[in-house]
Amino acid sequence: MRTAKLNREPRWLKPTLMTVALTFLAVFIFLPVYTIFHEALAAGVFAYFGYFRDPEIFSAIKLTLLTALICVPVNTFFGVLTAWCVTKFEFRGKNVLITMIEIPFAISPVIAGLLFIFLFGSFGWVGSWLIEHNLKIVFAVPGIVLATAFVTFPFVARELIPLMQELGKDDEEAAMTLGAGGLQTFFRVTLPNIKWGLLYGVILTNARAIGEFGAVAVVSGLIRGVTTTMPLYIEILYNEYMFSAAFAVASLLTLLALVTLTVKAILERFIAAQRKIKN
Amino acid sequence: MRMQFLGRATLFALAAVVGFGSWATGSARAGEEFKLLNVSYDPTRELYKEFNEVFAKYYREKTGNTVTITQSHAGSTAQANAVIQGNEADVLTLALAYDIDEVVNKTKANGKQLLPENWQSRLPKNSAPYTSTIVFLVRVGNPKNIKDWNDLTRSDVKTITPDPKTSGGARWNYLAAWAYALANNGNDDAKAREFVKQIYANVPVLDSGARGATNTFVQKGQGDVLLAWENEAYLSINDVAKGKVEIVVPSLSIRAEPTVTWVDKNVERHGTTEVAKEYLNYLYSKEGQRIAGKNYYRPSDPEVGKEFTDTLPELKLVTIDDDFGGWAKAYARHFADGAEFDQIITELHKK
Repeated sequence: MRTAKLNREPRWLKPTLMTVALTFLAVFIFLPVYTIFHEALAAGVFAYFGYFRDPEIFSAIKLTLLTALICVPVNTFFGVLTAWCVTKFEFRGKNVLITMIEIPFAISPVIAGLLFIFLFGSFGWVGSWLIEHNLKIVFAVPGIVLATAFVTFPFVARELIPLMQELGKDDEEAAMTLGAGGLQTFFRVTLPNIKWGLLYGVILTNARAIGEFGAVAVVSGLIRGVTTTMPLYIEILYNEYMFSAAFAVASLLTLLALVTLTVKAILERFIAAQRKIKN
Repeated sequence: MRMQFLGRATLFALAAVVGFGSWATGSARAGEEFKLLNVSYDPTRELYKEFNEVFAKYYREKTGNTVTITQSHAGSTAQANAVIQGNEADVLTLALAYDIDEVVNKTKANGKQLLPENWQSRLPKNSAPYTSTIVFLVRVGNPKNIKDWNDLTRSDVKTITPDPKTSGGARWNYLAAWAYALANNGNDDAKAREFVKQIYANVPVLDSGARGATNTFVQKGQGDVLLAWENEAYLSINDVAKGKVEIVVPSLSIRAEPTVTWVDKNVERHGTTEVAKEYLNYLYSKEGQRIAGKNYYRPSDPEVGKEFTDTLPELKLVTIDDDFGGWAKAYARHFADGAEFDQIITELHKK
């Protein structure tokens, strides 16, 4: 795979640019990630694993995983549904709908959180009724899940819409003419076409669901062991001078992110390989 | 195959939703098991962690019932606001009575008043089971030789204090400086204002809360002196900054009265009225008072107070009620939008 030396760039340019880029990466990415693990293990490996036995830290991990476990399937389902509606049907206001999908990305997470307070808080439209009936949304687990679902909604739909627009409706129409039902068409024809894009969207949803801070911080009420997710608890630990514990939780969160990124990288290679086969 | 997968996925999602539902409603279970939510401010975490355990044990021995107490900590004003917006605190243990008054006023305006106006008279000592005061934290060896409030007006002394607009602790700092200036200038208000203005001229950064300010001083090494809650100052010298900082007690300071109350509407709804009252009353018991003292809060019981004079020495303390006419008045005069503090900051920025 040697490229012909057709370009006239000076010989020093490539190494210089490489050095600059790598130094930048080292300082802004590798060093911070290294610091997280270094600080987390500052009090020793034994202490490191001890932190995770703390009931409040443990429940923060549990809550974060539960939130992701609910938000990812729900947003996958509705993301696919939205993408399907937008790309397979013609209707008025379609462009408005496509723009609306991006609202959770466009607004600050703090506003997303406040929105739920205004809706479900004791001053809210529905909130006062809910509170009278002993249903807690904000300052409770449902609020955390709702806020996370809101900010992570666009990932799947955004990933799928361009892909499905590109694919067009021909395959589905062919399947229908051959007598396939709606569900059969979806699972036999559409899903195989979009599966990699869909998985990519799911992974991004998961990454954000696990890491969301701003929106969740607003609706949490910071009730320890009940409404504190991992990102929230990291900040709490840090403010309470428990730096090693804070970095221990941070390292776990980073690990989750690294796993997600690795899966994403593998998927990307798969997608590229698939495209090659097709072409 | 795919249909099978879908079926399994649906089942799984259903199970998750059902499991989650039963978890969410679990708190409503009746019986001899009580849950209390204590919504408090930043620096009380260590105090209540210890107190909760002792109280749970005491309560079980006395009544045979179990009680689990969950805690929430953030800036005092932010916590009051969360309760106004619907965080269902059973008990509120905040930095100052004004924040609890705000809960009364804001929820009253909404037609859903959570607790009565006279809440502060329901428990002994103005509902302040422990008090605290403001002291100085300086670098070890006191290199700038800071002894009292007047040293803070020196141009070579940089003071770290949080923003009184957002931090309860910062308001106490500001008023303590004002009180000192009044006492040393024959109660001349104009001179007191000039004195306070000179201090804020040397404040490099206004953090939003007491913990943030402590981090700025201790971790980031900014400034020469930190105005701190007495208990925060002890936490610094005993733990995070051992051997790096020391406490200086000024000649005069202010008596900060963190106040506590149960939130009537919430405890009625949760069926926790009795246990919430018992919890707060236990703060006044000898044992509760000792836990406060051990965590560097000044016990309101003078007898228990005597046990802690080594760490919490007596000093001249002014009070918000006697010297500033109560919180409502002090707040309107100094901290409301466009009031004294805003004016001082604007004047300083113009320079």
